[in-house]
Amino acid sequence: MIDALAIVSIFCGLFFFLSGSIGLLRLPDLFSRLHALAKADNVGLALITLGIILIEPDPVNDIKLVATWLLVMASSAISSHLIARHALRESRDND
Amino acid sequence: MISQQLLYTLAGIGLFGIGLRATLLQHRLLPRLLALNVCGAGVFLIFIAIAYQGARQLADPVPHALVLTGIVVAVSATAMALALGRRLEELDDE
Amino acid sequence: MTEILWLVFDLTLLILLLALAWLTCATRDVMRAVTLFIAFGLLLAIVWARLNAPDLALAEAVIGAGISGALLLSSIKDYPSKQPDRKQSRVMEGMINVMTLALTGIMSWAAWHALEISDGVRLSEQVYAQVPASGVSNPVTAVLLNFRAYDTLLELAVVLVAVLTILTLNEKRPRAPEIPAALLQSMTRWMVPVLVIMAGYILWVGAHAPGGAFQAGAMLAAAMILQQLANTSMQRNINLLLVRILLVMGIFTFVLVGLWMMSLNDDFLAYEPAWSGSLILIIEAAATLSIATALTLAYMGGRPAGWENANKTRSSTAEDGEAL
Repeated sequence: MIDALAIVSIFCGLFFFLSGSIGLLRLPDLFSRLHALAKADNVGLALITLGIILIEPDPVNDIKLVATWLLVMASSAISSHLIARHALRESRDND
Repeated sequence: MISQQLLYTLAGIGLFGIGLRATLLQHRLLPRLLALNVCGAGVFLIFIAIAYQGARQLADPVPHALVLTGIVVAVSATAMALALGRRLEELDDE
Repeated sequence: MTEILWLVFDLTLLILLLALAWLTCATRDVMRAVTLFIAFGLLLAIVWARLNAPDLALAEAVIGAGISGALLLSSIKDYPSKQPDRKQSRVMEGMINVMTLALTGIMSWAAWHALEISDGVRLSEQVYAQVPASGVSNPVTAVLLNFRAYDTLLELAVVLVAVLTILTLNEKRPRAPEIPAALLQSMTRWMVPVLVIMAGYILWVGAHAPGGAFQAGAMLAAAMILQQLANTSMQRNINLLLVRILLVMGIFTFVLVGLWMMSLNDDFLAYEPAWSGSLILIIEAAATLSIATALTLAYMGGRPAGWENANKTRSSTAEDGEAL
């Protein structure tokens, strides 16, 4: 029962990653692509982490996995912000 | 069924071939360095594929140690090549 | 059933890997090629994890994708992007293609035959028999720092030689004139201590779990690179004498331990069995600091300002005062 929930969670996470990648390929603009990537990938990672925690609950590893997810979220947020800032400045300089 | 060892060894040889072709054909420094690093990655893949013993068995640790050394040496060599290239550019500009 | 699923997984992974490698080598735009190379490095880390090599997955993610990526990205603007494209003659290009294809074919045939007729006898049986006596329980660390310690010593020497070349040839790359984003500066304020603690943890845990000196050193270097990107005033406060000491501390500690063991056991680097664990930890700690300094200096691209005057006395030359 817990295993079925874990598998469902991981598949939902994969769906979010897939939709983020499709957004990367199909959206027209840098900013909309960044938006799709940052949001979808973070939710996908959260669901996959939840699935892994459900499969093998071990307190120390669970804390490490959640910490990994938080760090990935923070770094992806910062990276998206920096890329968008740089792109905005470049487009402003070109105008 | 093809064994994992053979599959990954062939992939490593393929990576080496891709990198080698690009090293010989490129003439700018940075793409050439990238191709050399791809060659190196192919060699590492061959080592680790040979060290793989099966899904639940412990892998052979000696090639792992050799490849770990190789990764660090590869990044140092890349840094040195970039520094040499930068110096050459400066000398060309003078 | 699971065999077929694993085969599908392996084939997908390898096709993706080869496709990324091909695109990296065949892209004309350098920025795109470097970005594809970073993605290739991360995919390679996944391949190492799949092949039961977690130490290598850690090292590839930090060094191959992280440090190498930062190094290559910061070198893109050193080279003029509008270099004249020398066209190779078609005959030469065709010959190189055919030769590489033939070489790949011969190597594949040789590998296939070698794997078929190999008798599977490895060093791994002897290694696993000796690991409990080596002072650590992670077999890769045991091989790196006990059974093949010479290789690691020479590797540290190679890294040092590369960094000395970089220091001798170039001055440090000039800083970008713009002020870094406030968000980056505030993130660095908490991210760098977290990275330092993680590096210390990976160094410590390398004795009994995947980890070790090289991964920890590269993570420290990544923390320093992050600090450089976010804090423009850091360069003026570096104590250059400390940098020099840290750079050679790894090799120095290694050789010192080797000579000490030679005085006790008649053989260079023959660890006293009761002390192996502690000796390995001491050597690894020094090597971590050395590798971190070396990779950070390699990223900076050359010697920092005032390097030549780092340990000169005040009374020697006239131009002492200005660079410090």
